[in-house]
Amino acid sequence: MRLSIFTVPSKIEAFFIEIGELSLFAARFFKETFSRPFEFKELLRQCYNMGNRSLLLVSVTGFILGLVFTLQSRPTLLDLGVESWIPSMVSISIVREIGPVIIALICVGRISSGIGAELGSMRVTEQIDAMEVSGTNPFKYLVVTRILATTLMVPLLIIFGDAIALLGSAIVEYLKSDMSFLLYFNKVFNALEFSDIFPAIIKTFFFGFAIGLVGTFKGYYCKNGTVGVGEASNTAVVYTSMLVFIIDFIAVFVTDIFSSIS
Amino acid sequence: MEDLKNREPILKIRDLRKSFGTHHVLNGFNLDLFEGESLVVMGKSGSGKTVMIKCIVRLMQPDSGSIELMGKDITRIDHEEMDILRTKIGFLFQGSALYDSMTVRENLEFPLRIHKEKYDQKDKLVKEALESVGLLGAIDLMPNELSGGMKRRIALARAIILHPKIIIYDEPTTGLDPITAKEIVELMKEIQIKYGSSSLIITHDVDCARVISNRMILLIEGVNYVEGTFKELVSSEDKKIKAFFK
Ligand SMILES: Nc1ncnc2c1ncn2[C@@H]1O[C@H](COP(=O)(O)OP(=O)(O)O)[C@@H](O)[C@H]1O
Ligand SMILES: [Mg+2]
Repeated sequence: MRLSIFTVPSKIEAFFIEIGELSLFAARFFKETFSRPFEFKELLRQCYNMGNRSLLLVSVTGFILGLVFTLQSRPTLLDLGVESWIPSMVSISIVREIGPVIIALICVGRISSGIGAELGSMRVTEQIDAMEVSGTNPFKYLVVTRILATTLMVPLLIIFGDAIALLGSAIVEYLKSDMSFLLYFNKVFNALEFSDIFPAIIKTFFFGFAIGLVGTFKGYYCKNGTVGVGEASNTAVVYTSMLVFIIDFIAVFVTDIFSSIS
Repeated sequence: MEDLKNREPILKIRDLRKSFGTHHVLNGFNLDLFEGESLVVMGKSGSGKTVMIKCIVRLMQPDSGSIELMGKDITRIDHEEMDILRTKIGFLFQGSALYDSMTVRENLEFPLRIHKEKYDQKDKLVKEALESVGLLGAIDLMPNELSGGMKRRIALARAIILHPKIIIYDEPTTGLDPITAKEIVELMKEIQIKYGSSSLIITHDVDCARVISNRMILLIEGVNYVEGTFKELVSSEDKKIKAFFK
C-alpha cells in the first residue's frame, strides 16, 4: 500500500465539500418551503406514513427502555435507601436525555435510511427527472415535504416513546414494590419541571430536521445506480446518527449555560 | 416527406456542446425535427444520446449551443415558460421511470396536476391514454405488478396524456424481448398517427430504426456524423456507418 500525505487532506477536503453542499441543500429547503405552491397533501401523506411505520418500533423500544432502565437503577437506589426517588430519577433521565436520543436513533434507522433509499432509487431510475419533466418541482414535492414531515413527526414519536418508557418503568415499580400507577405518575409529574421538558422537546425538532435533511440529501444526489442507493441509505444512517449526538451535545451545552444564568 | 426541408423545424439544435470535466460528450451536435416526422438518432452506448435529449427538456444544461423548441430558445427562457413548453413534449424514459409508490392511475394523473382545467377532466384523459396503449385494465395496478412491456406502455400513456406535439423516446425497446419490442414499435407508430405528433427516437436497435424512421442521424464522437433515410445509411460504404448495421 502506498502511503501519501496527500490522501488524508483530500479526504478532509471531501468532508468539507460535503458539509458545504449539505448547507446549500438546507438553504434551498428554507427557500422552497416558503414559496408557492405548497404540497399539503403530500406532506400529510408523508406524516401519516412515517408515524404509521415507526409507531410500533418506537413503542416496543420505549417500553423496554423504561423497563430495563428502572430494573438496572433499582439496586443502587435501594442500597442508598432512596427507593422512593426512582420515579423522579427515571423520569428525569428518560425525558431529558435517554428517551430523545434513543428514539431519535430508532427514527434514524427507520426513517432516514428509508428516505435515502427511496429518493436514491427514484433518482437512479429517473423518476425524479420524470417529475421535473411533467412540470412538478421534485425538490418541493419530495424533499420539502419529507423534511417538514420528519421535523413534525419525530418530536411526536419521541414524546410518545417517552410516555411508553415511563409506563414500562411504572409497571416495574408496581410489580417490585407495589407502587400504584397513580402514585408513580404523581411523583413523576412532581419531579418534572418545565426546565426539564422544554429544552428536551426543542432539541427533538432539530433531531427531526437532521433526520429528514440528511436522508433527502443523500437520496436526492444519489449516483452510481443500485450500488449508490445502498450507499445513500447507509451513509444517511451514519451521518444522521452522528448528527443526533452532536445536536444533543450542543443542546445540553446551551441548556447548561441558560440554567446557570437564571 | 419530400417537402420537409421547406418547413420550419419544430425542434432545432445548433452546435450543442456538453462536457463532464475533461470528458467531451457532445462536440457541436446539430439536429432538425420537422412536424409529423419520425427522426431516429442512433449511437453507441455512452455516445451522449441521453445527454442530448436531456438538454432538450432542460434536465441538463448544455455548455454552449442553442436549442429552439417551437420557436423559443430554451437556454434563454425562465422556469415558468419552460414548464409550459414541457407540456408540449412527451418524454419516455429509458427504464420507463414509473413512480413506484403510485398506482397506474396516479402515475398518469401526475402530469395533469399542475393544469387546473386538464385536472378537472382527468378521468377522461387517463382512460383515453390507457386505451391508446391498450391497457385500460391495468388502471388500478401498482408498477411492480406490471411486466417490462406493460411498464413501457404505461410510461408511454403517461407521456402522451397531455397530447404533446413532440414525443421523445429514450431507447424504447431496450431491455425488452424481441416480440414485445416489436409491439412497442407498432404502438409508437399508431400513436404518432392518432395524435399527429412528431417523434424523436433514440435507439441502437436497428429493427426499431428500420420500422419507425423517416430519417436518421448517426451520433458519432459527439457530432451528427451522417444524416439520411434508413435505406441510404444501410447501403453506405463508410466503415463507421457500416458498424451500426451489422
Ligand atoms: N451526470 C453526469 N456526470 C458525469 N458524466 C455523465 C453524466 N451523465 C452522462 N455522463 C457521461 O456522458 C456519456 C454519455 O452518456 P449517455 O448520454 O447517458 O449515453 P447514451 O448514449 O448511452 O445514452 C457517458 O460516458 C456518461 O458517463
Ligand atoms: Mg442512454
